[in-house]
Amino acid sequence: MKGTENKKINKNMKEKQKQGMIRDLIILGIILAVTVILLTAFPDRKGPVIGASWDFLLEMILILPAVMVILGLFAVFVPKETVVRYLGKASGIKGIILAIILGALPTGPLYIAFPMAAALLKKGAKISNIIVFLSAWACIKIPQEMVELQFLGVQFMISRLILTIIFVFIMGLFIERIIKWRDKEGGVKNAI
Amino acid sequence: MNVTAIIINGIAVVGLLIAFIKDKRKAIKSLKIAGVSFIKILPMVFIIIIIIGLLLGFVTPDQISKFIGEQSGIGGVLLVGAVGALMHIPALLSFPLAASLLESGASVTAVAAFITTLTMIGIVTLPLEIKELGKKMALLRNGISFVIAIIIALIMGAIL
Repeated sequence: MKGTENKKINKNMKEKQKQGMIRDLIILGIILAVTVILLTAFPDRKGPVIGASWDFLLEMILILPAVMVILGLFAVFVPKETVVRYLGKASGIKGIILAIILGALPTGPLYIAFPMAAALLKKGAKISNIIVFLSAWACIKIPQEMVELQFLGVQFMISRLILTIIFVFIMGLFIERIIKWRDKEGGVKNAI
Repeated sequence: MNVTAIIINGIAVVGLLIAFIKDKRKAIKSLKIAGVSFIKILPMVFIIIIIIGLLLGFVTPDQISKFIGEQSGIGGVLLVGAVGALMHIPALLSFPLAASLLESGASVTAVAAFITTLTMIGIVTLPLEIKELGKKMALLRNGISFVIAIIIALIMGAIL
């Protein structure tokens, strides 16, 4: 049963991605048209616009294929079942650190993580760990940090990374407190 | 080619080599996934690249900095934070966009707020999050994420 459920989710995701791709192409077409019109109306801006686009395109092309290869390697060699298995068992400070590391692995977009988090909660994982895991998944992804390093520099990347880890940790504990406290008041049935 | 790009490409090449030695079939599968993801993200890459060109070519640093620069204050930071929370673009592509904003006069605080809300908060994926994790947890996570994103951004602005 779990297999068919997974297949259904996969099929849904593929549909969504296909729609997303078509939407992106339409937006690209519109933006290209707008750009052509703008540059025809203001020919003196042609140089700066194309120059800036070209510089950023080069910088992207230098790293994007490599980032994609790293993403692909992780998707195949670290399946999400492994992530669920490790995180389900972890607790305490170790659990939080593991939640950050597992969330940071480049294993796909955030919407994949929601069903994983829900499954973990049902299995009894700590709420704080799940919040940290979701947040790490959302904003501490390894490939993201690499691209941030490339475009915004080491100082920016490191300080944002450290601050994010600290505050995500605090947020995890805080949300766990709120949910536990409210559950005591309002009964457990609307906990999840 | 700068150092970062060399390191990232180095990691990818070494990773691939190890993968091929360990399991050839799996390695080829990951290459296929990489290829497909690359093609999928390409239209968005071009969209962002063109927007960056237009931004740097048409909008003057003065105009940008009025809205989200040093002189704009907390209002500008909240505004970019909200835009980041609403936008739904791959996080990978938010960084070149952020770099171009920084280049054209946006403050570190505003750029940090933009990236942090963009990655942490998903208004577009919120219905799915509510469905999977319940209203309480999803709303708390997204709401508090916005607050901490602004706090992180303010600290970034103070130390950088």
